[in-house]
Amino acid sequence: MDYFKNDLTSIHNGLVKHDFSAAELTAETFKQIKARDQKIESFLTLNEEAAVAAAAQVDQAGITDAEKLAGIPVGIKDNIITKGLKTTAASKILENFEPIYNATVMNKLNAARMINVGKLNLDEFAMGGSNENSAFKITKNAWDQTKVPGGSSGGPAAAVASGQLLAALGTDTGGSIRQPAAFNGIVGVKPTYGRVSRYGVIAFGSSLDQVGPMTRSVKDNALLLSAIAGHDKHDFTSSEREVPDFTAKLDGDIKGMRIGLPTEYLEQGVDPEVKEAILNAAKTFEKLGATVEEVSLPHSKYGVPVYYIIASSEASSNLQRYDGIRYGFRAEDVKNLEDVYVRSRSEGFGDEVKRRIMLGTFSLSAGTYDAYFKKAAQVRTLICRDFADVFANYDLILSPTTTSTAFDIGAEINDPVKMYMNDILTIPVNLAGLPGMSLPAGFSNGMPIGMQLIAPQFGEETMYRAGYAFEQATDFHQAVPTIGGEN
Amino acid sequence: MAITADEVKHVAQLAKLEFTADELQMFAGQMDDIITMVQQLSEVDTTGVPVTSTVAEAKNVMRKDVAVPGTDREELMKNVPQKDRGLIKVPAIIDESEEA
Repeated sequence: MDYFKNDLTSIHNGLVKHDFSAAELTAETFKQIKARDQKIESFLTLNEEAAVAAAAQVDQAGITDAEKLAGIPVGIKDNIITKGLKTTAASKILENFEPIYNATVMNKLNAARMINVGKLNLDEFAMGGSNENSAFKITKNAWDQTKVPGGSSGGPAAAVASGQLLAALGTDTGGSIRQPAAFNGIVGVKPTYGRVSRYGVIAFGSSLDQVGPMTRSVKDNALLLSAIAGHDKHDFTSSEREVPDFTAKLDGDIKGMRIGLPTEYLEQGVDPEVKEAILNAAKTFEKLGATVEEVSLPHSKYGVPVYYIIASSEASSNLQRYDGIRYGFRAEDVKNLEDVYVRSRSEGFGDEVKRRIMLGTFSLSAGTYDAYFKKAAQVRTLICRDFADVFANYDLILSPTTTSTAFDIGAEINDPVKMYMNDILTIPVNLAGLPGMSLPAGFSNGMPIGMQLIAPQFGEETMYRAGYAFEQATDFHQAVPTIGGEN
Repeated sequence: MAITADEVKHVAQLAKLEFTADELQMFAGQMDDIITMVQQLSEVDTTGVPVTSTVAEAKNVMRKDVAVPGTDREELMKNVPQKDRGLIKVPAIIDESEEA
């Protein structure tokens, strides 16, 4: 089964027509994973036994044409909890954690009868943009194994980009789906805050976190989002709005669509090749009948500091639960209870997680709260207002996803501030709770360039329609990486 | 300096983390860089601007106060690092080595 020559729809048709069975598809998928993942290192845990059993069950029960995802393999970022299947968040502190319930998105994928083939690597607790913060392994970019896959959803991105899977779930707090999607030349969507339940997603920044699909095509992405979206009584921030079939209006034309191109997003340290690709994309949209005009998001440059204060503050609170008592790593040879807390956390967390806990604790402390946390929450309002002003006159925003293509492994890991600045173009979307998508828009020295589309809250349909039109008009998404001399 | 090594040490105590002398030096330097970076927010005029603490369509969610079956106790205890007769085992709260 060549995933580079197929999409979810062609696989579904093959299953329905009995060209192959779900069991055969699953077996073939594991064969490919075992061959390719030696070089990519995207998986932390394979779920082979359970996946084989689930596929056999799907075959036995049969697949109707309406069940678009039944019997199809999917990979899950390892900060989304899976009942009975080790879930680590790529942290030593959860190295042996076996959840006793499923995240809501997992229940939804199980209801759609997708086959969970395993758990994918990430930066520890989704904190990072390179996968180098994983406690277990560094996933490699599908296009060049000396480069980072991006992060934090580097595992899902590289697995999909290297043809091991057609679909994976990632999470995005400040760009963690879109940036690795851009670095690996795939499609990644961070839905509107509240579109998808966060129940059972290991909490990082609760006012920012969202689960989203990572795929090789826009249509596949829309299919998967339709399956995981919707209200959940276990997450009161999940929206009660009805979930449309995101694939239904994909091929509507985009004539008259008004697209804004923020000046600030082309200025902030963006590489010339990336800028050129985005300006070319703007021309493509104009050819398709949309209007593209420069707009301004004046508070963009404050996105990174606002984000690092707010996300780290929320993280410092969320991560208090890792205390070595009820689950997770407990330090040995401890003398008293205080020791259990301090030593378990100090030995269990990696450096980046500690930095964020420290920054968050500092920002929330008496004496600094007003100048840091409150100030950041106020500037967040100004960033939200910038977007609202643009969306009063525009349907969509177009920008680069990242300032550059994927960087070398080891290049930035010792300079946290430089690493943080990588997220400058994705962070504001999370702060304002908007949906954002990255999709392939070109290449620079053989590495993929990602383009970002941003819609108003709950405007995913517009975003998908524009993305689909762009994809049909270009061939960037058809390029396939060569992995260690083969593909 | 945006933050001193002593302040970093104090924050670490609040966060229940401890660092060796070498780590403390590294973290203090990096924290200083990060805090210097976030301090650029002070140039933004936020007079009268309300805070944004959520972007959810927030409202109060109520449920009926009805008893429902809880999680099985043994299942709940599955990931407990040390247990004894159905209870979570922890070391003494008072350091025994200091008692003598």
